[in-house]
Amino acid sequence: MASAVAYKERQFLAVIGDEDSVTGLLLAGIGHVTDPPDAQRNFLVVDAKTENSTIEKAFQNFTRERNDIAVLLINQHIAERIRHAVDSYSEAFPAVLEIPSKDHPYDPEKDSVLKRVRRLFGE
Amino acid sequence: MSGAVGREAVFPTRQSLGLMKSKLKGAEIGHSLLKRKSEALTKRFREITRRIDEAKQKMGRVMQIAAFSLAEVSYAVGGEIGYQVQESAKQARFRVRAKQENVSGVFLPHFESYTEDSINDFGLTGLGKGGQQVQRCRETYARAVETLVELASLQTAFVILDEVIKVVNRRVNAIEHVIIPRTENTIKYINSELDELDREEFYRLKKVSNKKQEDTAAADREIQAAREREAEKQLTSGKEKEAKEKETPDVPDVLGEQEDTDVIF
Repeated sequence: MASAVAYKERQFLAVIGDEDSVTGLLLAGIGHVTDPPDAQRNFLVVDAKTENSTIEKAFQNFTRERNDIAVLLINQHIAERIRHAVDSYSEAFPAVLEIPSKDHPYDPEKDSVLKRVRRLFGE
Repeated sequence: MSGAVGREAVFPTRQSLGLMKSKLKGAEIGHSLLKRKSEALTKRFREITRRIDEAKQKMGRVMQIAAFSLAEVSYAVGGEIGYQVQESAKQARFRVRAKQENVSGVFLPHFESYTEDSINDFGLTGLGKGGQQVQRCRETYARAVETLVELASLQTAFVILDEVIKVVNRRVNAIEHVIIPRTENTIKYINSELDELDREEFYRLKKVSNKKQEDTAAADREIQAAREREAEKQLTSGKEKEAKEKETPDVPDVLGEQEDTDVIF
């Protein structure tokens, strides 16, 4: 059981996404940069040149190391690139949410949570 | 089946029989309670999965609208604003707080979004042109993020419930298939042992009482014999006494029938 203290601290959202998604979400005001000296952003812009290892590192950072993030939003096509990491992630906090991007419409078949839903109900 | 689970290592005494019986009763109560809990949770779980499905569809639509409004912005501003926006992000205006909701003893978190109004970033974005579009885009995205937060709390609840249901079902099964049969086995074992002891005890008592009866009969016979001997002895000694008494008849009998002359009454 996730203890009550564990998620009282969590108040930010984090994004891993392409430029448009990140820009839009930042416009909504979710962007947060921690105080210097070790300033950390809670978003990562991924383009075609970004390496998978960078994405995975950011994913691990957001999900395991930082404890102020409640929800991690990740573009579905990016989640696809680090699918094994997303699928093997099963913690409740932070919640990992796959979101559609402009160029990639949402495909419920690939969503790791929906896959679990389908598996549970045997569809 | 019940032979496979074995029994607990207890001494077959009445005390442990009582313990086992109360344990069995407790296990049955616990089983029915857990079963009900699992059913309640499963009901909740199905509801949540249905809502997740709906919310995911809604999210698809909302994000599409939001992406479109962002396209409007870049058209109006006439260039990329991504870099500027990323650089000017300092403090989160849009935050979430977690609340707890209790479902049959399981705490499900519920995220609630709120905006820190004191923080106003991107004051300069779209200052040149397209300010209105930027404003509208911000609102659209804020609504989209609200949907996302709702979805996230549903999903978190889903993950937690999934785990809890698994644990509860495991417990239900453990009680049903291991603890109850094993306790029943133990009770059976204790009962058979106690019966065995009872039979042994009964047999022993019977033996003892038989022996006692024999003993008393023997003692009776002895006493009888002793009495007879005594009587015989008395008889012979009585005859001797009589003979003796006959020899001394001149002793006056004080308590006899003849009257004393000096008694007044």
